[in-house]
Amino acid sequence: MNYHIFREIADSWVLLAMFMVFVGAGFWAFRPGSRPIHDDASTVPFRHEDAPAPDTTDLEALK
Amino acid sequence: MIPDGYKKGTLDMWDWIKIVVLGVVALFAAVAANFARDLAYQVHALIVMAVAAGMFIWTVRQVGENKQPVIDTGYNDGVIRYGVIATVFWGLAGFLVGTFIAFQLAYPSLNFEFLQGYGNFGRLRPLHTSAVIFAFGGNALIATSFYIVQRTSAVRLWGGNLPWFVFWGYNLFIVLAATGYLLGATQSKEYAEPEWYVDLWLTIVWVAYLLVFLGTILKRKEPHIYVANWFFLSFIITVAMLHIVNNLVIPVSFFGARSVQVMAGVQDAMTQWWYGHNAVGFFLTAGFLGMMYYFVPKQAERPVYSYKLSIIHFWALIFLYIWAGPHHLHYTALPDWASTLGMVFSIILWMPSWGGMINGLMTLSGAWDKIRTDPIIRMMVISLGFYGMSTFEGPMMSIRAVNSLSHYTDWTIGHVHSGALGWNGMITFGALYFLTPRLWGRQSLYSLKLVSWHFWLATIGIVLYASSMWVTGIMEGLMWREVDANGFLVNTFADTVAAKFPMYVVRGLGGVLYLGGALIMAYNLWMTAFSKRVPSARSAAIATAAE
Repeated sequence: MNYHIFREIADSWVLLAMFMVFVGAGFWAFRPGSRPIHDDASTVPFRHEDAPAPDTTDLEALK
Repeated sequence: MIPDGYKKGTLDMWDWIKIVVLGVVALFAAVAANFARDLAYQVHALIVMAVAAGMFIWTVRQVGENKQPVIDTGYNDGVIRYGVIATVFWGLAGFLVGTFIAFQLAYPSLNFEFLQGYGNFGRLRPLHTSAVIFAFGGNALIATSFYIVQRTSAVRLWGGNLPWFVFWGYNLFIVLAATGYLLGATQSKEYAEPEWYVDLWLTIVWVAYLLVFLGTILKRKEPHIYVANWFFLSFIITVAMLHIVNNLVIPVSFFGARSVQVMAGVQDAMTQWWYGHNAVGFFLTAGFLGMMYYFVPKQAERPVYSYKLSIIHFWALIFLYIWAGPHHLHYTALPDWASTLGMVFSIILWMPSWGGMINGLMTLSGAWDKIRTDPIIRMMVISLGFYGMSTFEGPMMSIRAVNSLSHYTDWTIGHVHSGALGWNGMITFGALYFLTPRLWGRQSLYSLKLVSWHFWLATIGIVLYASSMWVTGIMEGLMWREVDANGFLVNTFADTVAAKFPMYVVRGLGGVLYLGGALIMAYNLWMTAFSKRVPSARSAAIATAAE
């Protein structure tokens, strides 16, 4: 791993791959059907202020 | 039925391991203090010995006690309460030292003769930067991240007592770092001054921090990982990477503080500023954005303006910030292409930064009246304003031509402080005002009026600080480059120092106001948490039910 090998991967396919991941992450946020998921996610801070969510087994017991 | 391990008089395996390890550490620290080659190392060995011996005795005394099984159904808020107290304490200490060294620059006689070698500017300056960034900021980040990750994952913190280890271990790191600076143990890398054994200790603590945070996320009951946690996780992971690479050293002696850098020359400089700028980018930006994305929506009582924008904000920040470091090394031995790369990425960074600022501010859309009525929201809004201002100023200063004027001048100091006092300080104050009533079960803060006082004192303090540093920085930059008709420099260095005096006094006064505001906050938070005059949330609930 000398400087030239580093330099070559840094300004060729690794650069391209990282850029594609970056652009892909941007597009992924705008994918069709993401709106309800994001609306739901943005309300996460308002759900469990005082206590953790009960265990699912507790939920079944409540039924 | 009592589980087996909890019966009186029995000793579980974990107690044995703790006693053995603590005993060995105390013994070894005593040996190290005896063989120490320098004062800082000796003092540190004695501190470690005292801590290990104290914990050893405490653990031994616990043995055979009838242990109550830990009830771990609710959130783990005890460690967060300690974190809030530590944040306030270290904040006051850091602001006090900062104000004092500001006056040391204005009045050099404050470098008292009897404190030479311990309390002069050169020793106190790293104490100030580390106290505000790592002690005040770090404790705030640990406390708020523990608070937020529990609420947004809907589960208790993972790891049993491990969060306590993170808190106490981190604060031991602070004490070792701070005493080390005063006694002269430093590897002279900005923001990475602590020597090798302190670095190793921080690495252990940081891995534990990562485990607690990641463990909590992995057992979450919410399907989605809320965006604040993404910012916190990137902060923890990146700081671990930066810390390890920038602190690759070989100790001169096992019993001494001194070490030798593995990298040399321009490679070392580049590594240092790759670390240094990402300390700003991930410690002071990503982590505090995690706070912003939770506390601003909570205090405004409405979800973040655009969740999609917060995702773009996150990925753009992560992908861009890591390349910005070389802008600290314009006009040095660093190749031009590298500093141009740093400059270009710094300028592109302007966009996600402002996207994030707009996202935070627009969260208030439809509730703008809260800025008038709620001083805590006002604090958060002004912190976003300063975030926007310093993330505009920073890219501008990274441009090579601007940098040729601004570099090595007080403009840089002013820029750092508008970011640190304005953005980091104000969002942390907002978070502390949010957390304290909730963590101590109080109905409200002791006094909202005092929050307003704090807000105005801090804001005026920052304005005095930043504007005086702009004036003095640009002035000294222009004086340094002024040449006469024959090409000779017009000003000596001492001329610039003399010309800066009035601005240094104004800067010091700005610090006094900021410190005064923080003292008011400390009083307000203390009264909120411990005074009987603030009704508890429970008694308020009972009163409402009775009506």
